[in-house]
Amino acid sequence: MPDVIDQLKLSATGLSKQFNRRKIFHELTFTVGKGEVFGITGKNGSGKSTLLRILAGVLTPNSGSVEFRVGGAAIDPEKVIEVLGYAAPYLMLYEEFTALENIRFFSEVRGLPFDTVRARDLLDRVGLPSDRRDVVHNYSSGMKQRLKLVFAILHQPPFLFLDEPTTNLDQDGIEVVYSLIEEQRRHGCVLIATNDATDITRCDRLLDVTTGEVSEAAR
Amino acid sequence: MKTMRAVWAIFLKDVRSEVRTRYAVNALLMFVVTTLAVIMFSLAGEVMSPSAQAGILWVVMFFAAMSGLSRSFVSEEERGTTFTLQLCSGPLGVYFGKLLFNVVLVILLNIVIVVLYLLTMDQFVINQPGLFWLVIFLGSLGLAASTTIIAAIIARASSKGTLFPVLSFPILLPLLMAGIDATKLAVEDNVWDAVWPDLQILGAYIVVVVTASYMLFDYVWKD
Repeated sequence: MPDVIDQLKLSATGLSKQFNRRKIFHELTFTVGKGEVFGITGKNGSGKSTLLRILAGVLTPNSGSVEFRVGGAAIDPEKVIEVLGYAAPYLMLYEEFTALENIRFFSEVRGLPFDTVRARDLLDRVGLPSDRRDVVHNYSSGMKQRLKLVFAILHQPPFLFLDEPTTNLDQDGIEVVYSLIEEQRRHGCVLIATNDATDITRCDRLLDVTTGEVSEAAR
Repeated sequence: MKTMRAVWAIFLKDVRSEVRTRYAVNALLMFVVTTLAVIMFSLAGEVMSPSAQAGILWVVMFFAAMSGLSRSFVSEEERGTTFTLQLCSGPLGVYFGKLLFNVVLVILLNIVIVVLYLLTMDQFVINQPGLFWLVIFLGSLGLAASTTIIAAIIARASSKGTLFPVLSFPILLPLLMAGIDATKLAVEDNVWDAVWPDLQILGAYIVVVVTASYMLFDYVWKD
């Protein structure tokens, strides 16, 4: 993790999104700083995942803006993906490749050198066997979810976005997610979109997407 | 430099993926073999003009490209990996990585088509091989350049199979006309001077399509 991440901040201002004429959310404004775990809650279809996609820059809001700051400097919107890790059930991996081949591709496409030792360490970190040679297609949904966590933390991003991070995971997997969140808290910040009561206890503050209200989480 | 690495990584990923899944290659080869067999049986004994020979060759190359080249983006969409790619690479890396893969695929495909065409059509004789292969090379680049951006546009549509050739045909028309004419002239043993205007059109077409795609791809790629 780079040491320059002293002043780390994500600011969302007046974000609104509608699909066709259906309003998803309206005028969301919040900031997330270093060391913070920020929960995004709301009932099904309220736009939690849509909000994360907008923050990640892959979906355009109808109005509002998003700014990432690292080391006090604003990040160019084109380069946001370099400071951002993302894991979600709907994020798909290349199922015709092995876990190591997926990690190799994601490293190379990000311009990082592929290091087998580090890749195996990351697989161990999320509880996946690092010597497994079968393709991801043969993995269980829980194993795929663990590999998605590797995808998210591979480039050591200061901002970690987790959408329903404990979906499909057994108790060991859930503990892995929570330890990653605590580790990330020391280096950067985490945004979690969830309705899971246990996940919510990990958060410092909560945004209700439906009302737009930000409140302190009861921990 | 980072973009170049991303381009190469996406190209290699697509090659490895294609080797494992045979997503496009099987469909393309089946199409080529079937089409050439139908042409061979239907034209048995007929004497064809160089124009007709060149036209039929380009019909096979055009529809072979239509049946396989859209897969570059459609396969990402069908596997749900478009979002994953959006999160780990900028639009330029994706566009040029896919373009490079399509260029290599269509060049190899067109070499196979021409070789099979030569084997099955006795009367098809190339009098200017250097010129002929240059036309095929430029035509392949043009086909890959235009089908890559069209594939990116139609990947999220519900009726991809219909939209792809419908959108491609008007965009590819200048390329097809220049390619057919240049191929006919190369087959007929013409000198380079006669083919030069067609080569200029092919070259200009590639530059215009790649430049326009480069400028448009950011809008196409993002939701």
